[in-house]
Amino acid sequence: MDLHRHLDDELSSLRDRVLLLGGEAEQALARAMYALGERDSEVAREVLDHDDQVDQLEVEIDRQCIDIIALRQPAARDLRFVISVAKMAPVLERIADHACNIARTAIDLNNEPELKSVIDLNRMADHALKMLRAALDAFTSSDAIAAREIIKSDSEINDLYNHTFHRLIELMVTEPVTATRDARLLFVAKHLERIGDYVTDICELTVYMAEAAFIKHTT
Amino acid sequence: MQTVAPKIQLPEKRDEWSAVRRSSKVKVAVHDLNFFYGRAQALHNISVEIPERIVMAFIGPSGCGKSTFLRTLNRMNDVIPATRVDGKVLIDDHDIYAPGTDVVELRRKVGMVFQKSNPFPKSIFDNVAYGLRINRITDSSSELAGRVEQALKDAALWTEVQDRLKSSALSLSGGQQQRLCIARALAIRPEVLLMDEPASALDPIATSKIEELIFDLKKQYTIVIVTHNMQQAARVSDTTAFFLLGKLIEVNTTEKMFTAPNEKLTEDYITGRFG
Repeated sequence: MDLHRHLDDELSSLRDRVLLLGGEAEQALARAMYALGERDSEVAREVLDHDDQVDQLEVEIDRQCIDIIALRQPAARDLRFVISVAKMAPVLERIADHACNIARTAIDLNNEPELKSVIDLNRMADHALKMLRAALDAFTSSDAIAAREIIKSDSEINDLYNHTFHRLIELMVTEPVTATRDARLLFVAKHLERIGDYVTDICELTVYMAEAAFIKHTT
Repeated sequence: MQTVAPKIQLPEKRDEWSAVRRSSKVKVAVHDLNFFYGRAQALHNISVEIPERIVMAFIGPSGCGKSTFLRTLNRMNDVIPATRVDGKVLIDDHDIYAPGTDVVELRRKVGMVFQKSNPFPKSIFDNVAYGLRINRITDSSSELAGRVEQALKDAALWTEVQDRLKSSALSLSGGQQQRLCIARALAIRPEVLLMDEPASALDPIATSKIEELIFDLKKQYTIVIVTHNMQQAARVSDTTAFFLLGKLIEVNTTEKMFTAPNEKLTEDYITGRFG
């Protein structure tokens, strides 16, 4: 039974690592949005500086998944777990990349006069963060029901994005002088919308892990 | 210029056992089979259908009854004293335990390969020709030679032994001896091939040759293989049956069995958490 305990230990370590990566992505997003809202370029730069560690963590998870598949030949639920983690890690890393893009935008905007227009990107960001946290919880507890609920809630972030998109286009037309800065905010909104899609991917992997059901491209 | 992409027909995905059974003719059907060694019951109410021309793997821990069950399929257990069987084993709808069954004919139809290669202390040619001769399948020496050659080719051994057919079979390597035993079984043209851990005593290269051979043979034969090596079951079989304590716990497509088995006991065994 010792060999199986080793496998359990390795799977447990893999779970810890992917949750760590999830936590890093979550923190990067929250800090990038703080940097944007509070015009704090220092925090934005910290997000960018930290991204190498996030990338490194993704590579370590990749290696660990390959090692487990090659050396332990997991099957059934273990196999589904390892495959899900292997596919989830790059998704989390991409979320962190989107956070970095928001941080870069924050630095750019912080070098320019503050926008007076009221565009509530924080609502989108809060929703994206809430989805991400819930998705990581659903993954941890192998909760396919919760994962499916989170997928449904992605429509809310899409609605917020559409609203923001139209509002920013209006502003660009009515106040052309701030159009460049508004365009940057449009990109931020797009990053947040994409993060919602990535969280959906994470939830689909959780459903596969828990139920061996492929729901990708069916919702 | 606009080009039209060729329409690719995806193969039908058969990841459900019910779909496999629906789409294939049943070669072996077992109904409520019980088997006893004296008073000890080794198999409990086994019912399973084995479709034609597929590879079905039997997996399970030692002593679970998988080899005993394999041997019920060509009545090899008959030679063990004080054994008793009830239930039905139908091969092509004929009950092999019905009174009057010609057991020799049955074993011609349902060939067997054992864990340890067991060539006769004869030449390579005579080993393969043995079954043909004792069954008086042919008196023609040219036909005999042709059948031996074909069996050796089917067992992927011909190119290695064609120049030394008169050499002793015992001069062959372990892997070659096992393929010779497969050739010997194939020479009498069985319809079902039972394999009891055929590669367990072989090195990885010889094992790989046996596995490739199994893959090729399923085009012509229905193959049932007992294996302790779960990766081997995953590699060579289309369907897998899991046995535990003399009971058939689950039978499913191999893909389903190794990614998402229906039964928790199967999952525990496959993931190594059994016991």
